Amino acid sequence: MALWKPDPTFYPSPRDAAAAPPEKLAYVAAFDRSAAKPDAIAVLDVDPDSGSYGQVVGWTELPYPGDELHHFGWNACSSSLCPSSPHPHVERRYLIVPGLRSSRIYVLDTKEQPTSPQIVKVLEPEELAKRAGYSRPHTVHCGPEGLYVTALGGANGEDGPGGIALLDHNSFEVLGRWEVDRGPQYLAYDAWWHIAHDVLVTSEWGTPSMVEDGVVGELLLGRKYGHSLHFFDLRKRRHVQTVDLGDEHQMVLELRPAHDPTKQYGFVGVVVNVEDLSASVWLWHREGDEFAATKVITIPAETPGPDDRAALPPVIEPFGAVPPLVTDIDLSVDDKWLYVSCWGTGELKRYDVSDPFHPVEAGSVRIGGITRRTPHPAAPDLPLAGGPQMVEVSRDGKRVYVTNSLYGAWDDQFYPDGVGAWMIKLDSGEDLTFDERFFPHGDDFRGLRPHQTRLQGGDASSDSYCYP
Amino acid sequence: MTEGSLAALVALGAFHGLNPGMGWLFAVARGLQERARARVLESIPAIAAGHAASVGVVAVLVALTQSVVATRIVAIVGGAVLVGFGLWRLLSQRHFRWVGMRLSLWQLAGWSFLMSSVHGAGLMLVPVITASGGAAVGGHDHGLGAAQGSAVMSGIFVTGVHTLAMFLVAGAIAVVVYEIVGLTVLRRTWFNLDRVWALALIGAGAVTVLTA
Repeated sequence: MALWKPDPTFYPSPRDAAAAPPEKLAYVAAFDRSAAKPDAIAVLDVDPDSGSYGQVVGWTELPYPGDELHHFGWNACSSSLCPSSPHPHVERRYLIVPGLRSSRIYVLDTKEQPTSPQIVKVLEPEELAKRAGYSRPHTVHCGPEGLYVTALGGANGEDGPGGIALLDHNSFEVLGRWEVDRGPQYLAYDAWWHIAHDVLVTSEWGTPSMVEDGVVGELLLGRKYGHSLHFFDLRKRRHVQTVDLGDEHQMVLELRPAHDPTKQYGFVGVVVNVEDLSASVWLWHREGDEFAATKVITIPAETPGPDDRAALPPVIEPFGAVPPLVTDIDLSVDDKWLYVSCWGTGELKRYDVSDPFHPVEAGSVRIGGITRRTPHPAAPDLPLAGGPQMVEVSRDGKRVYVTNSLYGAWDDQFYPDGVGAWMIKLDSGEDLTFDERFFPHGDDFRGLRPHQTRLQGGDASSDSYCYP
Repeated sequence: MTEGSLAALVALGAFHGLNPGMGWLFAVARGLQERARARVLESIPAIAAGHAASVGVVAVLVALTQSVVATRIVAIVGGAVLVGFGLWRLLSQRHFRWVGMRLSLWQLAGWSFLMSSVHGAGLMLVPVITASGGAAVGGHDHGLGAAQGSAVMSGIFVTGVHTLAMFLVAGAIAVVVYEIVGLTVLRRTWFNLDRVWALALIGAGAVTVLTA
């Protein structure tokens, strides 16, 4: 049912969104690596005044095992206020939750019981395959033509190309393949846009066969994983430009365009440079008629002490170093702070990106890590596996939520003795500090591994805005 | 054309101008994107032109039909179409989809034409046109040709009055929002005009049929 007034979680501009009230609930995708029992959406109490603050207060189990929940998104967001085809009276109430391994897509209603979302629709992989020709759905964004769902793989026996499927934002049916002309794009991962400039950007990871059984050493050293950005005309759905970062820069993942719709730049993280195991963050920016990309942050690999060297997992043991593995980044709604997850070394870095070409490191916390195993201050005797991975920032930019699992098969390679399960909250003010009251971990997640977090009402990576 | 129908034309024009989805919001967005009031001002005429084209097609068509078919039949058929369209607008989940924010002024006029057409902006004027009795401007009928000529004139007149009101209201709101109020106002005041709009279509259609 349509509303009489715009959904209160829609904001015309990022400036308005930054003044949004603090979220009270967080939704976290949690998956069972063994695929023996179903995955779940965990609901966390993030209201500091509540008695159950920092605890899992809701748990919606899915009907089938083996989905591998990963990323997910809302059915509607602030882009509904855009003037070209406005529909501000829809509600932000459904979570669109893809299973990255099963290719199933769930629709969960959060309105009636916010702490216990109800499954209202299940899209089977066959529908995604038949109508869009894709599998392994990943990122979900609400946009001008409905819901844009990126997919890593092809369908009907094909490994690729991956791309974007379009879903109707009322019925949630698969409408079809989004691309009219994909140009040379074959690998897929993330997608987002400069909505006011009719530009869509995509990044590259790998096809299902390249990622589902873990990172493949020969492919990595052979520089076969993704290393390019693709720019599309959002309106005509046509490929316009490829920007190659250089094939030593393997795995180009999370895309974080500026929220300010007058700007045409954004940040993207690269997992590893195969020449020196460093990780990097790149800035894409408009240069005349074209886009260009500039490396603005380089994070070097760490050389462990002789004791830790023996503890290196086989996948990196030959290199004798710990790669930072930048696997997620997130940009605050005011475009001022960039958070960078170093999942390998166990560090979350914060950069001041007021001048996007010259990020200035302004805070860091250590937790987990392949060799460091840094504990959380609330449990200083508990060494932690995994590292800061998915990072989500509240709309006002004050709270940062982080989980520790990357992707089932890869967790097992880099943390072979078990990646564990934990989630933390950081307070981002003048300094970046742990909230010692917020540390759900271990059995709180019932044996599942937490991945992406979505905040009630929206967060820094859920909404796009048409007005500055 | 009576004073009553003239007032109705102006009121409908103002109603269309008031709707953020009919164009003033796009004008404001274009201005904000480049931080230039000139972008707001140049957008409004293009939007009004598209709106006029959409409304004009209906107005001329109805007026022409009236010059050859009894007004009563036109009113009943027009009213029925109106009720049907209004019901569809009310019950349908579908809404106008347009991708693209970077438009030339020509494209903006085209966008406005489509936006007005799918919302049935011209249809909403049918009761006013049929009530005012078709060829109201010409006066002297000298056979079919003259009647049609004056019907076209009548359609153009209706379109002109309506669009002028729409243009003034949309323009005033766009400038006030751009210069003074700011877009946060949307969150509080953007009522679901689509529903009001659908009800208006149904109501207007029903009245037309009943009074025909």
